[in-house]
Formats: sequence, C-alpha cells, structure tokens
Amino acid sequence: MAAKKAHITVKDLTLAYGSYVVQHDLNFTINRGEVFIIMGGSGCGKSTVMHGLTGLKAPATGQVFYDDVSFYESGPEEKERIRQNFGVMFQSGALWSSMTLAENVGLPLEQYTSLNRSQIQKLVALKLALVGLGGFEEFYPSEISGGMQKRAGVARAMALDPDILFFDEPSAGLDPVSARRLDDLILELRDSLKTTMVVVTHELSSIFAIADNSVFLDPETKTMIAQGDPKKLLAESKDPKVLNFLTRGEGNNKK
Amino acid sequence: MKKKITLQTLADSMPPEMSISRSTPNALLVRLSGNWHIDQPMPSIDELEKRLKSESKLQKISFDTLQVAGWDSSLLTFLIDISRLCNQQKISIDSAGLPDGVPQLLSIAAAVPEKDTGKAAKHESFLTRVGESAAVSFQSAADMLGFIGEAFVTFIKMFGGKTRFRSYDLVLLIRQCGADALPIVTLISLLVGLILAFVGAVQLAMFGAQIYVANLVGIAMVRVLGAVMTGIIMAGRTGAAFAAQLGTMQVNEELDALEVMGISPMEFLVLPRMLALILMMPLLCLYADLMGVLGGLIVGVTMLDINLMEYYNQSISAVRLNDLFIGLFHSAVFGVLVALTGCLRGVQCGRSASAVGQAATSAVVTGIVSITVATAIITVLCNVLGI
Repeated sequence: MAAKKAHITVKDLTLAYGSYVVQHDLNFTINRGEVFIIMGGSGCGKSTVMHGLTGLKAPATGQVFYDDVSFYESGPEEKERIRQNFGVMFQSGALWSSMTLAENVGLPLEQYTSLNRSQIQKLVALKLALVGLGGFEEFYPSEISGGMQKRAGVARAMALDPDILFFDEPSAGLDPVSARRLDDLILELRDSLKTTMVVVTHELSSIFAIADNSVFLDPETKTMIAQGDPKKLLAESKDPKVLNFLTRGEGNNKK
Repeated sequence: MKKKITLQTLADSMPPEMSISRSTPNALLVRLSGNWHIDQPMPSIDELEKRLKSESKLQKISFDTLQVAGWDSSLLTFLIDISRLCNQQKISIDSAGLPDGVPQLLSIAAAVPEKDTGKAAKHESFLTRVGESAAVSFQSAADMLGFIGEAFVTFIKMFGGKTRFRSYDLVLLIRQCGADALPIVTLISLLVGLILAFVGAVQLAMFGAQIYVANLVGIAMVRVLGAVMTGIIMAGRTGAAFAAQLGTMQVNEELDALEVMGISPMEFLVLPRMLALILMMPLLCLYADLMGVLGGLIVGVTMLDINLMEYYNQSISAVRLNDLFIGLFHSAVFGVLVALTGCLRGVQCGRSASAVGQAATSAVVTGIVSITVATAIITVLCNVLGI
C-alpha cells in the first residue's frame, strides 16, 4: 500500500448543543483512501461528530482540516470547494421525495457542472448501475424499498465523484444480505476509485468487514477512548468498555 | 521521449482525447490521453463507430491509457458506450490496458439489475390518459363521499360517547383556530365594514339618506359577509394547516401507525378538528359581525356626521334577530366544510414533500369553492322560505 497521507485531520474538536457537550477533545486523522469507522453505542454522538466533519454542525471549539485547510476558518468559497469534494449518505437516505431517482442523482450534476442532458443521463445511469439500481431511473423514492433508498442515497452522494464519502448508519434497517452488499460496495469503491470513506455505524459485522481504522466514542466520558484497526483493538485493547462493545457485551472472557 | 513529469503536468490541463490505430490485422488499439474529468468535453465516438462497422474482420479492441492523467465517471460512461458498440458488433474487449479499478467498476455497472422494472416503455395515447383521469376523478369523488359519510357517522357516534380522542388536543385546536385567529379576523372584518360603508355612502348621499349606511353595513355583515369573510380566512389559515399537518403524518406513516393500533384517524384526528371549527366558527363570526359594524360606525361618525347614538339605534332597528341566526348558521356550516376539506386533502395526501404542498393548496381551493357554493344554496333557501 502507498504511504499514508492525511486527508481529514480533527484537532481538539468539541461539539455541543448550547451548554450540553456531546463529545469533547476529539483528535484523530483519517488517511486518504481508507475506510474509517466512527463507532460507539447508541446516543454517544456519532452522528453529531459526522455533522461536525461535514459542516452541518459548527464545533464549539477545535478544528477540522481537509488536506491541511481548516474548514471552519475558510471563507464561503473555499468551504463550497471543499464541500463539493465530499458526498454524504444520510441515515434514512434523505432522497428528495418529489423527484425520481434519476433527478435525485442528476441534481448535483446539473448544479455544479456544465454537462448537457444526455451526458448527465449517462452519468446518472452509471451511478445507479454501480449501486445495483440500473433501470430504476424513473422510480420515485416512495416506490422502492428501504434498502434501495439507501443505495440510491449512495448513488446521489457519488454523483460528483467526491474524494470523500460519508455514510451515516449505512446498514441500519437493512437485512443482513443487503447490509453485506452495501459493505462490499464501500470496499469496491475504495479500491477502484480510491475514495476516502467515513462510516458512522455500530454494526459489528460491518465494522470488522470494512474498517481500516476507527475511533471509539464513549457516551459516559463524552470523548474518544480508543482508536485503531478494530481487529487490533479487539485483540489488544485492555479497556473493558471497548472490549464489551466489540464482543457484543460478552465481556473479556471471549476473545 | 520527454520526461514523465513534464508529460504529466501537460496532460493535467489537456482535454480527454482518443486516437485509434490498428495493432494487428484483426485488432484495434484505442489510445486515450488527457485528463478525463466530467467538466471536460469528451471526444466523440463516431469515428470509432465507423471503423467498427466498416472493418468486418475486427475481433478485438484493446486500450492504451498510459497518458491518461486522471479519470472519473466520465471515462466510465465513455467506456460503457464503447462496450455497447462492441457488443452490437460482437467484438471482444481487452480491458488489460485500462487504469486500475476501471475494469472492476465496469463489471459492477454491467451486472444485471435484480428486477425487471418494466417502467421504461410507458407511452400512453391521449385517449388512454383522458380515460384514466376520468376514472381517477370518479374515484376521488367516491372517496370524498365516503369520507363525508364516515365523518358524519363518527360525529353521531360521538354523542353516544364512543369516540376516542384526547380532550387536550381539542383544547389546543380550539385555541389555534379560535383565539389565535382573532387578530386577522379583526383586521379583515373591520376593513370590510369600512369599505362597505364608504361605497354605500357615496350612493346613499345622493338621496340624502346617509343614515341608511347603518342598515347596509349591519345587515350585510351580520347576515352573510361576517360569516363568509371568517370562512375564507379560516379556509386559508386553518384548512391549509390541517391538510399540511395530516399530509405530513401520512408521509411519515403516522396515520398507518394509528390505524394498526385500532385508533381510527377519523375519530382521533378529524373529529376534534371538526368539533373545534364548529364551535369556534360561530364565535369568530359573531366577533367579525361586531368588528364590521364598528368599521361602518367609524365611517358614519367621522365622515358622514351621523351621531353615535343615531347610528346605534338605526343599526338595532335594521338588523333582525333572524339575520344574526342566519349568519351563525352560515358560519357553522363553513366550519364543517373547512374542517372536512382540510382533513380530506390531508388524508388523501401522497407520500412526498410536493404532495403535502398540493394537499394544502387543494384544501384551500376546495374550501373556498365549497364556502361559495354553500352560501349560494343557503341564500336561495332563505329566500324561498322567506326568512
């Protein structure tokens, strides 16, 4: 593998709603082309941290750097440029319900490129085919299943060929086979497009299947208590909380 | 040959290009270069198409992509087009020369979709569309009748004490469509009273009969206009709100959640809304009547030099109790209509954001249309009955 290069750097990040602190003093680095997992129990602030990374939730203190450029300190144009370099798949898909799948995926292309209609159509067909939804262009989000909506969300996130893809709970609400297919898709996209993947999840099976690196967020101390490859964490970590999570609460006796 | 560095920086700014050459008698070599980015114009594949079709001996296409500086989906769509051409001509593709990852993505994209969607070819004739929309409008008329019937049955059931809704909801709704509507009702009816008095005064002054402005404003406001104005205000304000609220609940499957629990949305959501409007509309109407008369009085006293007591006495003698009751009857009917149309459109709402917008729009339109029609019917009836 090529030398690791930092893509996103998080420095002393603290996220809070008013005086209620969700997570404080986070420090981690996400390298180019790796699958990075943000994990932790329900309600520990995983999604809030992702919103902090994607610019939806301004941090109370701290910085987020994209390729050494501080996101929250840059001007609106610079922010726009950084934003165009990432795609986000939201927890429920968040597809625009009054548009067909083709329009959903095509909208960012219409807005940010000067492509003509037939080129956009081709690109849309390609993106939908990549997530296994070829032929569903004219369907509305309400006409397809939840798993398909999530995959359509991935297709939309990939519309502009972003360098970074964020996934918020990609496998939540999916059957094991569909969840597995989504995991495979994440790995295939990483390998072929060298996209950096940031995945928020608590699904153990997908964590072990796809992770290159991870942070573990703790809801009690409200900060990160472990980071590294989850398989290594399972083998080496001494922290009972981390082990408890990674062994589904079966404790330290089962290693 | 130049050094690779210079070539690379040069290629970064170069648009995507394709050149075709023959490598062996029955194979073509497609050489791609430049920066394949979706913002760059792509080369045309017409030339390739021509050669594929004209040279019958071709069996294979291979690629040389050493000079491709960067690539994204545009290269993939280009290659998909090429592979479609090759499939037509039964020519095989050697993907060895393609950049890392590209063959993999192409194979994912080429995988057969899991289901035949059957939605691609759907061209209907004009007659079919007319027929279908006629069928849809019959269906929606039937739905509307069904809804009204169900609402009526639920309303009757309420007197037997067998309905389930939370009294707290009712109180909240009464506040929302009662007290909260007072400011706008004040403004509108006061102004309507003023306008009526102005317009009437000009005509009546010609006969020196300014004092009859009190009759005009009093009877018009109390008998119809007070009720109609509040009805229209409530259709725009509360009917739209009901439709949007129930529509959003429909989108979020909240109505389905109620239904599976055995709680009828009709009892739980529609009935309290109907009750709140039936109770509040006559009160609002009464208030609007007062405000309208007050508007007329302001014009009468300040512009027409009518004495305050004179105007009051003239109004009292002109407006009969019957007029008041007819006005209140109007408003109770309007309350039912606004609540029903609002809830009906909300329940009928589709499952998308724009459907909620349509539901709110059509609630207001249906509400105002039905108010106008009802006013006409009641007026004719009153005439026939001689009230």
